[in-house]
Amino acid sequence: MSAPLLDVRNITMQFGGLKAVESLSFQVQKGQLAGLIGPNGAGKTTVFNMLTGVYTPTSGEVAFESKKISGLKPFEISSHGLTRTFQNIRLFKDLTVLENVLIANHQHVKYTWTDALFLTEAFQVEETKLVNRAKDILNIFGLSNKFNERSANLPYGEQRKLEIVRALMTEPKMILLDEPAAGMNHSETHSLMELIAKIRKEFNLTVLLIEHDMKLVMGICEQIFVLDHGVKIEDGAPEKIKTSKKVIEAYLGVDADESH
Amino acid sequence: MRALKNPLIAALVVLIVASALGLLTNSYIQLIVLFLFVNSIMGMSLNLVNGYTGQFSLGHAGFVAVGAYFTAVMTTKFPVPDGLAGLPYFILISLGSGLLAGAFGYIVGLPSLRLKGDYLAIVTLGFGEIIRVSLNNAPYLGGALGISSIPSMPEVDLGGFVVSNYITSLLFAIFWSVVCFFVIWRLLKSSHGRCFLSVREDEIAAEAMGINTTKAKIQAFVVSSFFAGIAGALYAHFTNYVSPASFTFLMSIDAVIMVVLGGMGSMSGVLTSALIITVLPEILRSLKDYTGGVDLRMIIYSLALILIMILRPKGLFGDKEINLNWRKNVGSST
Repeated sequence: MSAPLLDVRNITMQFGGLKAVESLSFQVQKGQLAGLIGPNGAGKTTVFNMLTGVYTPTSGEVAFESKKISGLKPFEISSHGLTRTFQNIRLFKDLTVLENVLIANHQHVKYTWTDALFLTEAFQVEETKLVNRAKDILNIFGLSNKFNERSANLPYGEQRKLEIVRALMTEPKMILLDEPAAGMNHSETHSLMELIAKIRKEFNLTVLLIEHDMKLVMGICEQIFVLDHGVKIEDGAPEKIKTSKKVIEAYLGVDADESH
Repeated sequence: MRALKNPLIAALVVLIVASALGLLTNSYIQLIVLFLFVNSIMGMSLNLVNGYTGQFSLGHAGFVAVGAYFTAVMTTKFPVPDGLAGLPYFILISLGSGLLAGAFGYIVGLPSLRLKGDYLAIVTLGFGEIIRVSLNNAPYLGGALGISSIPSMPEVDLGGFVVSNYITSLLFAIFWSVVCFFVIWRLLKSSHGRCFLSVREDEIAAEAMGINTTKAKIQAFVVSSFFAGIAGALYAHFTNYVSPASFTFLMSIDAVIMVVLGGMGSMSGVLTSALIITVLPEILRSLKDYTGGVDLRMIIYSLALILIMILRPKGLFGDKEINLNWRKNVGSST
């Protein structure tokens, strides 16, 4: 097997006396669709924050494409091709849908300030290309008639989708989705599942997602990591997770008869 | 060149209106017209930081002072060419004022833009005061007396046809206002300017989308202080006199009022409020004749501001613009 795309080695995150995540290690292979699950407060979002540079791990190392990325700033990590969405939606609320998406491509923009000030050929060509690309991705997500809508005015489900579109616009190799289906109803979740599978193929992506909807996780993930109280208690294919005693205990607690 | 079409049209329209207004009236009105431009540049440049980038700066007067003093020194301590040759010279000097203020902006911005909200406001406020107090104590710069007899824009004799110094001043002011407007406007229509907006909207998300937010903030701050320096250069020429007392905290507040009153992040808004801030106090001046010598000017002025903010809490324009373009311009630029 080739080197994993994302290699997490023994990362620990300590806030004062609290160890939110403790010596966590896992690997995600290129092209994989992996899931990170665990009860509330298990430290899943903390893991995402460490992977994307919002927090620097207290100890341990994160490698992406065999290059160390822990300790880098979030925008540097993003330029390596690792990006994310947020659990509590963080869109650029007062900007339009199109602007939200265009901003995400800034690191690939080549025209300079002078080009922008004098409206040079380079500026016009690249800006048009940028807008077309943004519209293409928005179309895939069914947001084609909302280009000029203020993003805060979108319905909740579409805001979640817009976050994914925005992340895709950074041209990532791997995308971290933090509860993409939170607050969606059954049919919305279902169509989101299909969409995630589709973009993964189309954009050649590796995906790691946090999700509470077990149906979604078990349905599409090939590899699942289970976190409880900051420690990885299990990993493997969905079949293995479903029957794992440790996972059931973490979610439902130990049977009173057995605990003696 | 296509790129210069819109700026030239804008300059021409403004020139015709302003010169008509100025030539038909007395020198008092003329000075108000010139100050309208100074205030517009101050407002537009501060709007880039406070309105578009979402960083609250309270030290704009400091940068204006830097620009004004540079111009004052360069035009009083060194010989200045006369007539037509003076015009490009003054433009170069004003460019220098802008660059020096921009350099100050970089030095101040580099450490202080790591701070957020109230803290940044305090640091920039402190910077403005440092500048003022330093000027007060610099003998070469006239100390508290300041520098007087700064030359106005020259009269130009075009072979018998004399262009008055009001018109040359106006040309000078319009030139920089139009440059300021279009630099900020076009920047905001490009990816570089969209970065500023993303910093305002959500810094964490912007970082995650690959935007170096510290760099974006510093860029916005430097451009803003550059134009503040330009406003200072105009100020020095139009008043012929600068002193530390001209660049107090109140000037920074005036600039902030312009931004907030017009609507944070609206060019139309800031220009409208620059008009209000410049003209309203002057109109109210004549009120004294009717109130038997009691000066109600500032009371009415403050009441007007309070009323506007109660009725339109997001400013006159919010973040909207007056749209002269009736076609839908999706993703296109002017």
